[in-house]
Amino acid sequence: MRFNIRPMRPIRIGAAVAAVSLLALAVGTASNASASKKAPTVTINVAALIPGSTKAAVAEFNKQIAEFEQQNPTIKVNGVQYDWTGPTFAAELAAGTLPDVFTVPFTDGRSLGEAGQLANLTSYVKKLPYFKQFNPAVIAEGTDAKGQVIAIPTAAYAQALQYNRQLFSEAGLNPNDPPKTWAQVEADAKQITQKTGMTGFSEMGANDNTAGWILTTLDYAFGGRMETGVGTHAKADFDNPQAVQALQMLHTMRWTDNDMGSNFGLSWGTSNQAFAAGQIGMFISGSDVYTNMVQADNINPSIYGLAPIPLANNKNAGVLGGGTLAAVKPTATPAQIAAAMKWITFFYMSPLVNKQQAIRNAQTLVANKQPVGVPELPVFNEKQYQISQSWIAPFINVPLKQLSPFNSGIFKEKVIPEPEAATQAVYGDLDSVVEDVLTDPNANIKSLLQAANVTGQSSIESGS
Amino acid sequence: MSKTDVMTPRSQKLDHALRGGAAIRAPRGLVLGTPASWVRRGGLSKLLFLLPLLFVFGAFSWYPIVRLVLMSLQHTNLVQPATWVGFANFSAVVHDPLFPIAVRNTAEFAGLALVFGYPIPLIAAVLISEVRSRRGLYSALAYLPVVIPPVVAVLLWKTFYDASPNGVFNTVLGWVGISAQPWIQAQHSALPSLVLESTWANAGATVIIYLAALTGVNRELYEAAAVDGAGVWKKVWHVTLPQIRTVLLITMILQIIGTAQVFIEPYLFTQGGPANATLTVMLLIYDYAFGNSLGGDYGKAAALSLMLVAFLAVFSLVYLRATRSWSSE
Repeated sequence: MRFNIRPMRPIRIGAAVAAVSLLALAVGTASNASASKKAPTVTINVAALIPGSTKAAVAEFNKQIAEFEQQNPTIKVNGVQYDWTGPTFAAELAAGTLPDVFTVPFTDGRSLGEAGQLANLTSYVKKLPYFKQFNPAVIAEGTDAKGQVIAIPTAAYAQALQYNRQLFSEAGLNPNDPPKTWAQVEADAKQITQKTGMTGFSEMGANDNTAGWILTTLDYAFGGRMETGVGTHAKADFDNPQAVQALQMLHTMRWTDNDMGSNFGLSWGTSNQAFAAGQIGMFISGSDVYTNMVQADNINPSIYGLAPIPLANNKNAGVLGGGTLAAVKPTATPAQIAAAMKWITFFYMSPLVNKQQAIRNAQTLVANKQPVGVPELPVFNEKQYQISQSWIAPFINVPLKQLSPFNSGIFKEKVIPEPEAATQAVYGDLDSVVEDVLTDPNANIKSLLQAANVTGQSSIESGS
Repeated sequence: MSKTDVMTPRSQKLDHALRGGAAIRAPRGLVLGTPASWVRRGGLSKLLFLLPLLFVFGAFSWYPIVRLVLMSLQHTNLVQPATWVGFANFSAVVHDPLFPIAVRNTAEFAGLALVFGYPIPLIAAVLISEVRSRRGLYSALAYLPVVIPPVVAVLLWKTFYDASPNGVFNTVLGWVGISAQPWIQAQHSALPSLVLESTWANAGATVIIYLAALTGVNRELYEAAAVDGAGVWKKVWHVTLPQIRTVLLITMILQIIGTAQVFIEPYLFTQGGPANATLTVMLLIYDYAFGNSLGGDYGKAAALSLMLVAFLAVFSLVYLRATRSWSSE
């Protein structure tokens, strides 16, 4: 599954004022202590900018390294180019060439930790002054089945309905009133295709775990769950009634309404690309994909609209959440882990809790013509999130009005973590079900889900 | 002449030696003796010259092969210590529901490539060899797709295969009244679409091989055939094909081995979809190893790789034995 991991992007989620002072104290104390003892120098390689970053961004990053090294004279930091993608990450992981500090999506955190592929940070994390401030649901994403903290959440998002305001207008729909039910989504998609000839609703259908990811999102929105339990004892439940309902809806839109276009192999990046090119009326992806659409696809901001995912009238219905974790290589020495924790605090966490740092990062983004104010979910809590948003308010350059349906609606919705056991494998097993429904008019949804359930259970039991 | 009567230059030399000629001597430098004499005879310098080659082959060919065999018997994520699991990986591969799908798709790809992709370069080569002018231009045009990097070619063909009515191929079909086709977006047409692109991309190299082989055909045979009243088809069937049969046999086995290892097209076009309709054995190996960002099942990937190697080795052996008499006639 592809997530937009941006190690350099500042994260604007705030924390309590108390946490700010505690954090500053902790960083300062730790630095002074280190300096006074003159401990031997420890070197850490850290995930830095994505390949192809601008000179200004590189200069800004180097400035931050210099500042960190000044605060921590016994630590030397080397920035390493890093861009998370599934296949490259797997190869780097196997080859042992990952930097000491890197980022992974929520999707992978627990499974990597349980497979011994991330350093155990528990004893280090619990000493952090802001540890207790974490949103319990968010820190759970970096905690394995044994209760060990194996990664630190640095950003969170919720799945959202991305919609093209221009196509809504052209189809005679109100762009300020995006659909609030799945029936409305179906009706609006049909109308968009009929009136504009464009794809009304698009579903990621690539064989790279994204199709399964979006199907799981739909399942949650209808009130279902793809698995129950944790670890290798979890049970796959792919053929739940809500999954059938979601796939039936896709089948109707694809084969009856014929409003899903002609390309059923879109992935995360290509969906963004097609949407930014004005070819898609609606699709589901993370609330933060606008950044990628600006960076990679040169989207016209005026067409962009974001709304919460409609939830079915079911008490279990919820929005699938995700995010980014900072983690440490398992082969790191205790000294390197300690240094890595200081770097994570400095680089990833201080912008969440430190006004000055938050403003500085926002200024850098604006200078690099990058979006500021893209909707995310609080790593700590909603109040702190709003505080941090107020810090960077003068720098926000995203079309806030067009994001207001999401921003005003998301905190009323229940955000649910991704399936815990064998997450990527579960998504992969569900990929072919979605592909079958989108490419075979006679697809037998129930039997497809049952077959996938068998392989899914096998994936869970093997801990893959 | 019986087989025992065959006297090659080498055997003649040996025969001469045995009949009282020079005493039998091992090649220079390999004569056993004291280390000093071995050095004096240039053994050390030969070894020094061999070392880079031994190192390169050892490090990049032999060691990975040995490692692959060992890994196929292990469960490992290459981070934690590996555990020996015997033949469990092989068993897991065989029982994987995707395994028969991948084997079937690979066989179908190889079959389609053989039926359509194999004759096309031959026909093209025969036609090019028959034209009297601009032969070089036609050869260059035939070879041009080979020069295009595979990734670029696939991206190009992806636009051709756009399933909307505005797609390149669908627009052309529309001109002759044929409705838009789904190409790589449908399970039934995805694999043949991949074969089509693959044939286009790879035929050029085979055309050049055939053109080279055709230059070796004795023109007098064609003249003799013409005197006997043979038309073009009979000339091709009775003269051209028998004359280049050794090349034909080699290109066929190379094509079968190549298509059995098809990876670029399914990976770049469809990633094995839709609904595993283009999942091939090589892609399954890749998926085992790298399809999961958590770090794959390298043991299973190694096991399936070995199974593919073993199959192709046995197949090649059987093929070469079965066609030996034909190729040596």
